[in-house]
Amino acid sequence: MKNTDISDPQYFHKVVDCQYACPAHTPVPEYIRMIAAGRYGDAYMVNWKSNVFPGILGRTCDRPCEPACRRVRVEEEPVAICRLKRVAADFKEDITGRMPKPAARHNGKRVALVGGGPASLTVARDLAPLGYSVTVFDADAKAGGMIRTQIPKFRLPDSVIDEETDYVLNLGVDFRGGQRIESMKALLAQDWDAIFVGTGAPRGRDLDIPGRKEAAANIHIGIDWLSSVSFGHISKIGRRVIVLGGGNTAMDCCRSSRRLGGEEVQVVVRSGFDEMKASPWEKEDAQHEGIPIHNFLVPKEFTHENGKLTGVIFEKVKAEFDAKGRRKLVNAGEPDQHFPCDDVLVAVGQENAFPWIERDAGIAFDEWNMPKVDEKTFQSSNPKVFFGGDAAFGPKNIIWAVAHGHEAAVSIDKMLNGEDIAERPLPAVEVISQKMGIHEWSYDNQIDLDKRYKVPHRDLGIALKDIKSEVELGFDVNLALKEAGRCLNCDVQTVFNAPLCIECDACVDICPMDCITFTPNGEEAELRTRLTAPAKNLTQALYVQDGLKTGRAMIKDEDVCLHCGLCAERCPTGAWDMQKYLLEVTHAGSSCRPPNPAQRRSAA
Amino acid sequence: MTYLAKPKFHHPGLPKNDLGYTHRDYEGTVSTLCAGCGHDSITAAIIQACFELSIEPHRVAKISGIGCSSKTPTYFLGNSHGFNSVHGRMPSVLTGANLANRDLIYLGVSGDGDSASIGFGQFAHALRRGVNMAYIVENNGVYGLTKGQFSATADRGSKSKRGVTNTDNSIDLAAIALQLGASFVARSFSGDKQQLVPIIKAAIAHKGAAFIDVISPCVAFNNHAGSTKSFDFVREHNEAVNRLDVISGRMPIEVQYAPGQIEIVEQHDGSTIALRKLDADYQVHDRAAAQAFLQHHAAKGQIVTGLLYVEKDADDLHAHLHTVDTPLNALNEKELCPGQSALDKFNASMR
Repeated sequence: MKNTDISDPQYFHKVVDCQYACPAHTPVPEYIRMIAAGRYGDAYMVNWKSNVFPGILGRTCDRPCEPACRRVRVEEEPVAICRLKRVAADFKEDITGRMPKPAARHNGKRVALVGGGPASLTVARDLAPLGYSVTVFDADAKAGGMIRTQIPKFRLPDSVIDEETDYVLNLGVDFRGGQRIESMKALLAQDWDAIFVGTGAPRGRDLDIPGRKEAAANIHIGIDWLSSVSFGHISKIGRRVIVLGGGNTAMDCCRSSRRLGGEEVQVVVRSGFDEMKASPWEKEDAQHEGIPIHNFLVPKEFTHENGKLTGVIFEKVKAEFDAKGRRKLVNAGEPDQHFPCDDVLVAVGQENAFPWIERDAGIAFDEWNMPKVDEKTFQSSNPKVFFGGDAAFGPKNIIWAVAHGHEAAVSIDKMLNGEDIAERPLPAVEVISQKMGIHEWSYDNQIDLDKRYKVPHRDLGIALKDIKSEVELGFDVNLALKEAGRCLNCDVQTVFNAPLCIECDACVDICPMDCITFTPNGEEAELRTRLTAPAKNLTQALYVQDGLKTGRAMIKDEDVCLHCGLCAERCPTGAWDMQKYLLEVTHAGSSCRPPNPAQRRSAA
Repeated sequence: MTYLAKPKFHHPGLPKNDLGYTHRDYEGTVSTLCAGCGHDSITAAIIQACFELSIEPHRVAKISGIGCSSKTPTYFLGNSHGFNSVHGRMPSVLTGANLANRDLIYLGVSGDGDSASIGFGQFAHALRRGVNMAYIVENNGVYGLTKGQFSATADRGSKSKRGVTNTDNSIDLAAIALQLGASFVARSFSGDKQQLVPIIKAAIAHKGAAFIDVISPCVAFNNHAGSTKSFDFVREHNEAVNRLDVISGRMPIEVQYAPGQIEIVEQHDGSTIALRKLDADYQVHDRAAAQAFLQHHAAKGQIVTGLLYVEKDADDLHAHLHTVDTPLNALNEKELCPGQSALDKFNASMR
């Protein structure tokens, strides 16, 4: 294998599994160390810079970082990254003074943002301090979009949304609440320098089966029902409720029902329990609240009497796989089942809807009725119009909307400065030795064996009485400290300097995970089989450095390295060093458009 | 050294031996020796050898004297018996233990100071008697604990870290072990575990006095230019006569090697050493030839490594003394005091 080029920012980025998995590439270990040090404000600001909504995401994020966490490969459970983010938000000091100031002078460019959800607010956050005149239009009175309308208050209190949307709006953003944009053509006619569409995926899918019309009064579309609950238009539901669907919206629906008078609330999904789209922890929370989840049942008919819903008939199915491995649900040969109920909530998916974008407005749509959007620049076929969040590529999660927002803001900033938006800025990277003394590092390299700590919950009896009472109480300072100790500091990298190595084997002998091998070099596939411990995880790189005196190469399997630094502590010559790798995604602003090409290169 | 204990986490794909242990289960507490010490590599090699042999840790007694080398038994086989004895007195403590309980596996761990200076006599007599043990000398040619004076194994003409030239002749422990009648003699290098691990395994399996001289560079005081026990010097002057594989059980050996390439050495416990010859003329069963070979190459400044000598049909002290098969410490009063008639019979035989 060739020598690993660690000057390529992508190499070590991949080693920081959590940060790599995060769409916004938040430097997770960096802020977890700050939490451990009690620097909650600093931890909050690291997050805020990267993902804009730490308090919101710390409660609601889909956490792609956690399945990626190295801890999963080393023991079992990932570090509770998401809930630690909330710790930063909960315990931070007043950070208003650390926020950017509204631009003192405007640059004369006007940007319209359609929709006041996470994608638009991210664009606003990035552009407003740079001097752009940013106007956000939203049909609702307050900012937040789906964050405010679709996430139940027992998961995310209004106060958190208010705080974090205000941090953005206070940057001098013109928020036009209650002003729905009805026509793209009209908007284009207003001569904005750029338009960003962050209108989400606002349409809940319906279920067209017999009885749907007749029993309509007691059949509700999940996300519409959730927003009615959120606004206080709905405060009651029948005693027996069936929720159809297996995603996170379904979980929010059933748990909300439990709080609005639903005593017998049941979730019914078409596929298997394990294939449900809902996050495992959301399923757990629902079950904890006494909500059974029935699987492999396909709704066939709504039953009704005198125009009133009486229940749902389901066909029992089983999964069968065809020759290509595709799954098909086929009749299980069992009699249909009737679930009596008073209300049904349909949460079987969300769709995009752009009734307000005239198809002759100069924005191309594809065969699925979605706007054609560039995956890197988020630009539509009209160079002035950008899409992001769920509006760009269909329903995803808040953190994706934030990531899209940052990239769209970069595009807008570059475009309005006359630059090529296809040329994307490189991330800012720094690599700094953590050595402070012979056995002293500027990070805690002792490995804690603790299992993942559970977040304390409010007593169920109390929680179910009030739909606004937050269920999760969050870690307290002590639990947060213990959980933070579980982080393996994967951003503190093992860096090997071959010319200093005397091949004494000390690192090989001390490595608790048998990651290091000195052996003749070879082809990767063959090399992986003859390491100290077999390197079977092909998604994880081998770190290769040759140039040793015996002609062998140092091969390190990055897979389960604990970043404990024992190799470096044991190294008599300093051939190993522990160096902190910090990658920050470049956001809109001068660093995304360096003044000359020479400087552009040095940004790497 | 490090202040941190090695984390308990281990690689999820770590192989297990016949007992269901991983090599991590054969570790001791974390080493307090200098970072990069050759002794730590020998520790790792002993751990690997015991793991591969599927040895039950409670069947091992590790006995040492004083010195950096003699500290190392703390760092391996944390669940075995151990005795950190007086300086240079490991061989007699080991001999006593072995006589009392012949069922244990004895690892004698010593250094060049412990065995070639203060304990030279002890070293000689334990080998001479054929005590069943694996006697490992971690040989760095320097007194590390007292900051780098030449030891008795330092070569004449080699230089200390401060530039002083050694004017004394050196003791070649392997050559002396041959002369003293050790039935298994090997030399290896801490920086070559591929050679060292099988040698340790073969020595443990050997019945009789097995001696291994392991060159082990002292990174603090004896790893400089002018040293003859540095990583660089040993690598450049290493004259390996053979490589071996130790095969437990009765696996057909031909499967693994082309015929003619190897020499098979059967060991007493049923295991087999497959010896891959690197020097075609080297005769591993010829004590006198081995002696000559060692001296010839030492004169050229070469360090001969590998399995230097192994006696066919070797035997140990218990066999020489005709002791009973039951360990002496397991004999009860009835067996030890067979009564008046037995005494009378014995006395009669003496008249």
